[in-house]
Amino acid sequence: MSAPPAVPATTPEAAIQARGLTKRFGRILALDRLDLTVPQGSIFGLLGPNGAGKTTAIRILTGLARPSDGSASVGGVMVGLDRPDLRRGIGYLDQDPRFYSWMKGRELLELVGRLHGLEGADLRARVAEMLDRAGLTSAAERRIGGYSGGMRQRLGIAQAMLHRPRVLILDEPVSSLDPEWRRDLLGLISSLRGDATVLISTHVLSDVERICDRVAILHRGRLVTEGPLEELLAAHARPIFRLVPAAGQDDRVAALVAALRAAPWSTDVSPSGEAIRITVSDPVAAAGAILPLVVAGGVSLDAFERARPTLEDVFLELVGLPKPDELDGRGFVRPREVTDR
Amino acid sequence: MTGFMVLLRKELLEQWRTTRLPVVATVFLLVGLSSPLLARFTPEILQAVGGSQFSLTLPTPTAADAYDQLAKNVGQFGALIAVLLAMGSVATEKERGTAALILTKPAGRGAFIVAKLTAIAATLGVATVIAAAGGWFYTLVLFQPLDVAGFAAATVLTWLALVAFAAITLLGSTLTRSAVAAAGIGLVAFVVIGIVSVVPGVGPYLPTGLGAPARALALGLSGADALGPTVAAVVLIVALVAISWLAFRDQEL
Repeated sequence: MSAPPAVPATTPEAAIQARGLTKRFGRILALDRLDLTVPQGSIFGLLGPNGAGKTTAIRILTGLARPSDGSASVGGVMVGLDRPDLRRGIGYLDQDPRFYSWMKGRELLELVGRLHGLEGADLRARVAEMLDRAGLTSAAERRIGGYSGGMRQRLGIAQAMLHRPRVLILDEPVSSLDPEWRRDLLGLISSLRGDATVLISTHVLSDVERICDRVAILHRGRLVTEGPLEELLAAHARPIFRLVPAAGQDDRVAALVAALRAAPWSTDVSPSGEAIRITVSDPVAAAGAILPLVVAGGVSLDAFERARPTLEDVFLELVGLPKPDELDGRGFVRPREVTDR
Repeated sequence: MTGFMVLLRKELLEQWRTTRLPVVATVFLLVGLSSPLLARFTPEILQAVGGSQFSLTLPTPTAADAYDQLAKNVGQFGALIAVLLAMGSVATEKERGTAALILTKPAGRGAFIVAKLTAIAATLGVATVIAAAGGWFYTLVLFQPLDVAGFAAATVLTWLALVAFAAITLLGSTLTRSAVAAAGIGLVAFVVIGIVSVVPGVGPYLPTGLGAPARALALGLSGADALGPTVAAVVLIVALVAISWLAFRDQEL
């Protein structure tokens, strides 16, 4: 008999807590001592490049995998492999939701509802409501095997939200959705703020900026940072200026880019389409020096602005772009290996 | 056993919707009908095949021959079908990810396993009853009526043996992620049990050991000791389910 895992120091405000959560696959370290606190009622974004450990963390939190070390609780219940009580308050959408192909959409939702204790008129009404919300009413009597990828994704969202869970865990929920459904889902998730806790894993940073109030960034299994979105933007996003040169002056623009790169306050100069993004270390010095450089180079501008930092800037500042030798054949960042201590 | 009734309902619907139940029932019906026919006409068939070049002297077929033919066919085809029904029950769900769909809901892994075996047992039960009814009727037509109560009791014992083979394969399906590997485990167990069944003192307590008391019950013979083999089969099935659950509850999905 092994000793029971240590209970994380819970706080009444935390819907999800993880302490030292570690997952090893042989010598591969998929998750490395993750500490995470997701406040109740928050919409929490779990970010990271492919292979960062997001799905591994979610699989542990939903009881599909067991941690090699550390412990976690969801809704005050310790996570574990065979814990039906853990799942009572959880709604979960897998990044690649799988269903019984022989089953009809309505039957799937009725099955999930019954497992959550819904019966009779309550079950029928809730199933009808979720079919409607997912735009699947007309396909409710069709076999799931004939559904498109987007329809399966919407069915997955419907089954995850059917029982009004206190904690909703969504792994890449918008990956197969078209723009209209993506907008609707993000609106739906936003409407849950305060009533339910949502943990959403994604690498679509603009979605996270739009709906999340807290963010954690994982990279190669480790927590890089965690906190309220605005605080992260203020703390980590470097000041950025944006220039839009007028068309037809490529040589002069190239010379300007070289001059900007040589400036002591410039940390990154990225021509992007028609614009030039200039990340700086000293915004005061940069604000006074950029326009003189533009004038000296004889470049005429269509626009010049100080850009609002975005989550992408924070992400690139903390994680950076992966180098080619850091990627495996699938485009995933290679995980760490266990080091002998 | 959280969620057992909900999962059983789903499993039974799956047996019907994927046509496993109708197909298995049809195969068993054909076996049930053909067995007494085969017993009745075997002498004529052999005579026709051999022609006038040699003569065979075979005893006149009886109702006991019809039952033996039925028991042999249901035992062999039935065991094979039990393996086919159980081979993918857990392994395929793990492989396709549907086990993860169910087990991220308030459903216990024990309920998941037991619901599967119960649904397979139900399909085998319906099919075995159909085979027995067909066999009993053709035995009546071609030979003589057999005692209904004894024949029904024999049918229950036959079904129990098939459920035992399904439980062995279910364990294989739980231990592996491959339906083919699970089928291999079930078929190897079938062969091994067939070999070990000749060992005195052991054979009667294996699933195949249910055949002798079933025959005695069906034909109204004396000395049918069904209790020991029945208890042994039930204990085996319960033990296999328990081991399947213990293995499954520690598996990552």
